[in-house]
Amino acid sequence: MRSAAVPYVIAGVFALCVPLLGIYPVFMMELLCFAMFACAYNLLLGFGGMLSFGHAAFFGSAAYATAWLATARGWGSVPAIAAGVAVSALVGLMVGILAIRRRGIYFAMITLAMAQLIYFVYLEAPFTGGENGLQAVPRGSLFGVLPLKSDVVMYYLVLAAFLLQFVFIQRVVHSPFGQVLKAIRENESRAVSLGYEVNRYRLLAFVLSATIAGLAGSLKALVLGFVTLSDVQQATSGEVILMTLLGGTGTFFGPVIGAAVVVTLQQYLSDIVGGWVTVIIGAVFIACVLAFRRGIIGELAALLRPRP
Amino acid sequence: MAEHFIIETHGLTKEFNGFLAVNDVNLRVRRGQIHALIGPNGAGKTTCFNLLTKFLIPTRGRILFKGEDITFARAAEVARRGMVRSFQMSAVFPHLTVLENVRVALQPTLGTSFHFWRRGSSLAVLDPRAMQLLDAVGLGRFAGTVAVELPYGRKRALEIATTLAMEPELMLLDEPTQGMGHEDVDTVTALIKRAAADRTVLMVEHNMNLVATIADTITVLQHGRIIADGSYAEVSHNPLVKQAYMGSTDSVLRGAHG
Repeated sequence: MRSAAVPYVIAGVFALCVPLLGIYPVFMMELLCFAMFACAYNLLLGFGGMLSFGHAAFFGSAAYATAWLATARGWGSVPAIAAGVAVSALVGLMVGILAIRRRGIYFAMITLAMAQLIYFVYLEAPFTGGENGLQAVPRGSLFGVLPLKSDVVMYYLVLAAFLLQFVFIQRVVHSPFGQVLKAIRENESRAVSLGYEVNRYRLLAFVLSATIAGLAGSLKALVLGFVTLSDVQQATSGEVILMTLLGGTGTFFGPVIGAAVVVTLQQYLSDIVGGWVTVIIGAVFIACVLAFRRGIIGELAALLRPRP
Repeated sequence: MAEHFIIETHGLTKEFNGFLAVNDVNLRVRRGQIHALIGPNGAGKTTCFNLLTKFLIPTRGRILFKGEDITFARAAEVARRGMVRSFQMSAVFPHLTVLENVRVALQPTLGTSFHFWRRGSSLAVLDPRAMQLLDAVGLGRFAGTVAVELPYGRKRALEIATTLAMEPELMLLDEPTQGMGHEDVDTVTALIKRAAADRTVLMVEHNMNLVATIADTITVLQHGRIIADGSYAEVSHNPLVKQAYMGSTDSVLRGAHG
C-alpha cells in the first residue's frame, strides 16, 4: 500500500514545484491539458472498452465554445469553461446515442464520421473564424478576483483541474457504475443476461468521457489564448489514441505519461527536425504496438507485479 | 392451466436465410421441474435458448413467460423478470475477482448501478450474500481470485452462483457440464439439483446420464422440430428418438453425445 503511494507523492511534489524549476509554464499547462484529454479517452477505451476515433470533436467543441463566449460575449473564465464543458457533454450525448448502437470497428467508424461532420461545421460556421480560428482569447480572472494573466496562477488552476478529474476518474472506475461498466467490457452478453441495459451504461461512460475531454479543451483554449481547426480535426483524435496506448490503457497513470512523452517530443523535436516529428511519433507508435502493447505503465506494472 | 407452465411457446420459428433452425416449436415447461432439451448437434437447441431469452428475435410464433407475452421484450428486461440464462461457453467476467463476479449480479438490488460518483466500498454490503452464494458452490476460498485463473469446472460453478444471485424463477443452463471431467460433472449435477429445489430449470445437455438422473421432463429436438416429449422412460423408447441418435431403432438411448 505504502509503495503504491510513492509515484503519486513524487508526481505531486514535482507538479507543485514546476514554476520554481524554470520549466516553461505554458508548456506544462499544455501537457496537463493533453494529459486530461488522454485520461478522458482512457476512461472510454481502457475501462469501457470502446474505441473512439473522434474524440477531438469533444475537445474542440468545448475549446470553441469557451473561446467564443470569452471573446465575443465577454464571459468570465469560469462560466466560459463551464459552458464549454456543458457543450462537450451535449455533443458527447448526441454522438454517443448514435455510436453505442454498434460495437467494435462499426462503433469507431460512427465516431469518426460524426467527428468529421462536426469538423466541417466548425470550418463553415461564421463564429469560428474558419481557417484563422479564434485568436486573442482573454484568460480573464478567477471569479473576478484572481487574474489569470499570470502563467503561474493559470498553471495552478490547470493543475487543480487536472487533479480533480484524475481523482474523479478513479472514483468513477471504482464506483458501482464503474463495476458494471467493467463487467460489460468483460462479457457484454453475460451482463445482458443479468438484466443490465448495457447501452445505457455505455452511453453514460461515453458522455462522461466527452465531458472530461471538454474540460481539457476549454482549459487549453484559455491557456494558449487561441483555438484553431487543429483542435477539432482528425489528427488530434489520433494523437489522443496514441497517447493513451503509449502510456498504457486501463491504467490511471498511463495516459498522463503517454501525453507527457508525445507533447514533449512534439515540442522539442519540432525545433530540430521540423515536419519529421510526425514521422518520428509514428515510428514510436509502431514500436509501442509491436514491442510493448500494454504501454509504458502497463509494462512497468507487469514487471513489478509479483509472479504467482 | 396456463399457470402450470412457467414458459410456453406457440409455433416458435426462426429462419436464417431460408434455413429453418427452429421450426414450429410448441414447448411447455412445467413450473418447478428440471426440463432438459436434447437433440443431435445442430438440432436447434441453442437457437431455441436464444429465442426464449430474447437474444434472438423469432421469425414467427409467440413466447409466454408466466402467462405474459414476452415475444417482443428485450433481453435485459426478460432477465429482470426472472428468466436468467447461462451460456454454452463459460460466462464469467474474466478479469473481475470471483467475489466481484457474483456481486455484479447482486448490484441491481441496491439501485445504485448508475451512481458513478459513489464509492466502490458502498458495494461491501453485498459481500455477505455474495460469500453465501460462493460457499454454496464451494468457491468461498477463491473469493479473491481473478476469475480467469479458475479451472474450467470452477468457472462453471461460479457461473451458476452468479445466475443464482439473480434468484431467477426460471434458470436456463446451456450445456452446464460440457467439457468437464467426471468429478466436475458430479459436482455440477448436485448444484443443479439443489438450485432446482425452489425454481424451474431448463437445460440443454448432451450428457445422457445426467439427463436421465435429474430431468423430470425431456424434449427432443431434431432439425428444429420437437420429435418427442415426456419422461426419460417415454422418450428413450421412442423410435423416432432412437433413429435420430443412433441411426437405428434397435439400440437403447444412452451416452448419446458421440
